[in-house]
Amino acid sequence: MKVDLQQIEEASKEIYIRALKILPPDIKEGFKRLDATETNPTGKAILGTMIKNIAVAEANTNLLCQDTGIPIYNVVIGAGVEVDGYALKQAIAKGCARATTEHPIRSSVVHPTTRHNEHTSCGRGVPVINIDFSDKPGELSIEMIPKGSGSEFNSWLKMALPADGIDAIKTFVIDCVLEAGGKTCPPTIVGVGVGGTADLCVHLSKVAATRALGTACADPEGAKLEQELSAVVNKLGVGPQGLGGDSTSFAVHIETAATHITLNPVAVNMQCHSARRSRATVTSAGIAYGF
Amino acid sequence: MAHYDFQMPITEAQARALMVNDTVSLNGTLYGIRDATQIHMFDHGRKTRFDMKGHAVIHTAPNVKWVGETGATPSGYESICIGTTTSARMERFTRPLMEQCGVRIIIGKGGLFAASQKAFSDIGGVYLAVVGGAAALETTWIEQIEEVDLDDLNPESLWKFRVKDFGPLLVSMDSHGGNLYTVVNKAARDNRAAVLAALGVKSA
Repeated sequence: MKVDLQQIEEASKEIYIRALKILPPDIKEGFKRLDATETNPTGKAILGTMIKNIAVAEANTNLLCQDTGIPIYNVVIGAGVEVDGYALKQAIAKGCARATTEHPIRSSVVHPTTRHNEHTSCGRGVPVINIDFSDKPGELSIEMIPKGSGSEFNSWLKMALPADGIDAIKTFVIDCVLEAGGKTCPPTIVGVGVGGTADLCVHLSKVAATRALGTACADPEGAKLEQELSAVVNKLGVGPQGLGGDSTSFAVHIETAATHITLNPVAVNMQCHSARRSRATVTSAGIAYGF
Repeated sequence: MAHYDFQMPITEAQARALMVNDTVSLNGTLYGIRDATQIHMFDHGRKTRFDMKGHAVIHTAPNVKWVGETGATPSGYESICIGTTTSARMERFTRPLMEQCGVRIIIGKGGLFAASQKAFSDIGGVYLAVVGGAAALETTWIEQIEEVDLDDLNPESLWKFRVKDFGPLLVSMDSHGGNLYTVVNKAARDNRAAVLAALGVKSA
């Protein structure tokens, strides 16, 4: 398949707007699950408002949250797909800018020191574009994540010691959830990166935070650890918006990578309850939109 | 736990009557303010033409569309989506907002800290929690963007909204030292040891 770059630009525009307006089904299911078990009246009322907001956003075709986030595009290029990589990145950035100016939506992106806003949701290194490859024949997929600042603001990395073992990882995750309190707009998905280098570890925590609910870490050790942590995180009582209750997190997700013999890195990045993402899958048959 | 319907602005006595767990809905004027707005007002000495005495501010930077000044859009802006941002970053501006501008109510998400709590006690003010991330719903409580000031900071301009039944909002920090966030946070930290023990952490 030879990729049509005009199609990529349109899809990149469309999935930014779709991500901002339609919450994925797994997150809606996550809300149902938490709402059914929440025992704190304040927490229950807050979950009710969040669930109502999802319906209002869809009924009014409005944005779920005002925070249009830092735009992240995760591209996976399948086997036999022909594309000019540089032009692909340009097409994605152009689609991102067009979503911002044509809808319009708030550009939440500024230069880090001058704070200048180009009002395109673009700037140096933004949108963030991650490119990976798969063996799926004739398919290019683009996932769009508008990563809100409330959840991004609370990001942590600890280069723990091998002697501290897995206990250091567990303790760090729990302490990050406590430190975040209501600031990350709970209920959250707690994303945890384990292993790798410092930068890879942080990246893995973002991958974990933005993974669909109900999916498991591909590494059995990571899957075991995320089950353990998910089972107890809601016993802390932080609750929706940090105002108390059982619904602190939808889940704890873990992604792992091999690391150095001297290292034991752990990173935490959270996704807020507005856990937005959308996807365009491009094949020779055209574009299919989903999550 | 009482509910209050306020026509803005309010008096110091009205602010001091509020206790944590009360709920409030606002009608009339509400000002939108954010990081850059307050950095420019309080660090760079910029002045606003708005009289914010007795009023409420909400930590926000809305999604708007420029449509030009008309009867329905006197500011020139139509609202698309107006929500709330995390308050914690703006902690140091609570006192100057209250002392210099006369603000009585701060609306946000995630709560503020000790310096704000003291300002609420000293001057008479409260923090009201809105549900963060519920912006599509919040937008339906806003009738109009009446005016805008410091608009070179857009989207972090100083916005003057006209609101109707804006809420219910939860009083989560009051002028008597009441603070739901510190209560919940302490309870959560008290649960830490049990949670770590359940995870089999040895040195917990």
